[in-house]
Amino acid sequence: MNVFLFKFSTFLYLLGALSYSAYIISLKDYLSKAAMAAVFVGFVSHTLALITRYAEAGHTPVTNLYESLSFFAWMVIGVLLIANLKFKIKVLGALLTPIALILMLFAYALPKEIVPLAPVLKSFWHPFHIVFAFTGNAIFALAFCCGIMYLVQEHQLKSKRIGAITQRLPSLKVLDDLNYQSLTYGFPLLTLGIITGAIWAEYAWGRYWNWDPKETWSLITWLFYAALLHQRLTVGWRGRKAAIMAIIGFLAVLFTFLGVNLLLSGLHTYINWQ
Amino acid sequence: MEFVVIGLNHETAPLEMRERLAFQESKIEEALCQSRSLASLKENMILSTCNRVEICAAALETERASVDLKDFLSQYHHIPLKDFEKNLYVFSGEEAVRHVFRVASSLDSMVKGEPQILGQIKDAYGTAAKSKACGLLLNKLLHRAFHVAKRVRTETRIGNSAVSVSFVAVELAKKIFGTLERKTVLLIGAGEMCELAARHLVSGGAEKVLVTNRTHERAVALAQEFKGEPIPFDDISQGLRRADIVISSTGSPHYILTHDQVAKVLRDRKQKPIFFIDIAVPRDIDPSVNDIENAYLYNMDDLQQVVNQNIQDRELEARKAEAIVEEEVTKFVHWYRTLDMTPTIVALRKKFEEIRKKELEKTLSLHPNLSEKEKKSLEALTSAIINKILHEPLTLLKQGQENGAAELYLDTLQTLFGLSEKLPEKLGRENLKEIPESNDLK
Repeated sequence: MNVFLFKFSTFLYLLGALSYSAYIISLKDYLSKAAMAAVFVGFVSHTLALITRYAEAGHTPVTNLYESLSFFAWMVIGVLLIANLKFKIKVLGALLTPIALILMLFAYALPKEIVPLAPVLKSFWHPFHIVFAFTGNAIFALAFCCGIMYLVQEHQLKSKRIGAITQRLPSLKVLDDLNYQSLTYGFPLLTLGIITGAIWAEYAWGRYWNWDPKETWSLITWLFYAALLHQRLTVGWRGRKAAIMAIIGFLAVLFTFLGVNLLLSGLHTYINWQ
Repeated sequence: MEFVVIGLNHETAPLEMRERLAFQESKIEEALCQSRSLASLKENMILSTCNRVEICAAALETERASVDLKDFLSQYHHIPLKDFEKNLYVFSGEEAVRHVFRVASSLDSMVKGEPQILGQIKDAYGTAAKSKACGLLLNKLLHRAFHVAKRVRTETRIGNSAVSVSFVAVELAKKIFGTLERKTVLLIGAGEMCELAARHLVSGGAEKVLVTNRTHERAVALAQEFKGEPIPFDDISQGLRRADIVISSTGSPHYILTHDQVAKVLRDRKQKPIFFIDIAVPRDIDPSVNDIENAYLYNMDDLQQVVNQNIQDRELEARKAEAIVEEEVTKFVHWYRTLDMTPTIVALRKKFEEIRKKELEKTLSLHPNLSEKEKKSLEALTSAIINKILHEPLTLLKQGQENGAAELYLDTLQTLFGLSEKLPEKLGRENLKEIPESNDLK
């Protein structure tokens, strides 16, 4: 059941991504509405997929790469839906939906059986660690999109090419605000994710910090975002610099999430790669 | 009945002539009454804006109506016809319908896609409806024109881009700041150009206006007009630190703002962006200011280039709009052609004639011994009955064409007698709510 719902959600995200692209080209309002509807229904079905999987597995269904990718995609769409409530930026969906779709398609190719959770990982802290870390990452994905849009829009304005692209992208101010807001939500969540992870590690492995590659890279990512937040608040880093930082930051997030599992080995590896 | 449009616009007549032929808004009702006394006109409406003067009418004979209307224009404005006849255009029938649709859709405007014209036509129609100068045909035509204008507006992007320098500046400011609300504008130079640009920004929502000028008194005067604040000319940097949008238009022969000065100001204001608009020639602001992060510099040429680009885009969209207009013209013409009674009358007669012949033949075959004379009188009798029966309906039909009941009669007749001729597509009244209140219409 959960796998069927997962596939159904993937299909709806695909529909959403296609309608969003058509909207970007034609600017017909009904297309963005259709896209929104597809994404929303996809999200509901995805939520059900996670719930049924939780019921079947008996633990938070984020224990291997398939589950992590699916959960991450779910979070990205969740962040998109919330952002859409607050900011009326339709282009956002056109960027975030494909990101979620790619994550889903990646997951699609992986084995989907429910594997029993290793006893060492059974912990009260597991769901907290997962939820904090992934929400933070999804919000950074939002900041990443804003960063890209900012750079494009700024380039158009500076080079005085005012046309279709300028018209479709939001104003610099909105993009920069959204970037900053993402940071103010994403950073504390990442921090909590790392702290709960450390506590969990203390229970599981007897040490708060083991310097395995995932932990190291999380720390690097954390320091990076901390630096950005600091520069923003003190020197007034904004706009271009903040946009570039948000892009690099998300690449670091992606590396921590995927690259570490695929390229480096360590304690976290066996959680995700089976 | 046919439509006639007679008038002149910015393309056919110079401003001076348009002014002389324009109708004063307050006197349009009176003019409508006068023109209504022209025997050749059934319905009419006067549209008078700064770019065009037009009379749109429904008439039985278009030739005569256009002559009458020309004379009316000449007499009303006391201008000899020969002075302006060459500036006039006359459209009738399908051409007139197309023209009205194009005008309403802003395809015939000086700046294609400008939205004011639709409102002006609605007002003109409202006035005509109020003074009962409009009847069935103009009502239909105008409602349809509003519908077409709406389609053009929603299905093309003809009105989406700014096509004047000031509007481009406002649009750009919005792309940088999101909104103009609570934004501060700094004017360098107290000239007319600055003032004009500032007015656009203030009406767009900008909150505070700072003014600086080499002669401080003029800065004080202009600042007062905007309830703003004058700033000493030597202290421009102080103004820059507070301003979000800077408009510069001084007569200075060299740069007033330099790269380093602006870079320093931006550091002081924690990189809050500034939008510079340099409308001075020679330029007031060093072009390299545009290279500074969070500074956006546009000069007159840059803005004009955006305007030109937008105008080109509009031309492209206008082509789509023309296609929509064409489609609607075809539909509408099809509709009002069917208002023409002749085909229905012919069909009705034919139907009756067929019945008569068939029944007559039956009767004659039953009575083969009838003499030629008796046959003739049977023939005459049946024909007379049919003519008597048809007399009143046909008279009514012909009247209906003039009093607006045509559609109803045709509809009924075609249903009652099963005339096979296809009924025209109903033209909706979906746009009625957009029209100014006019209960007198019926």
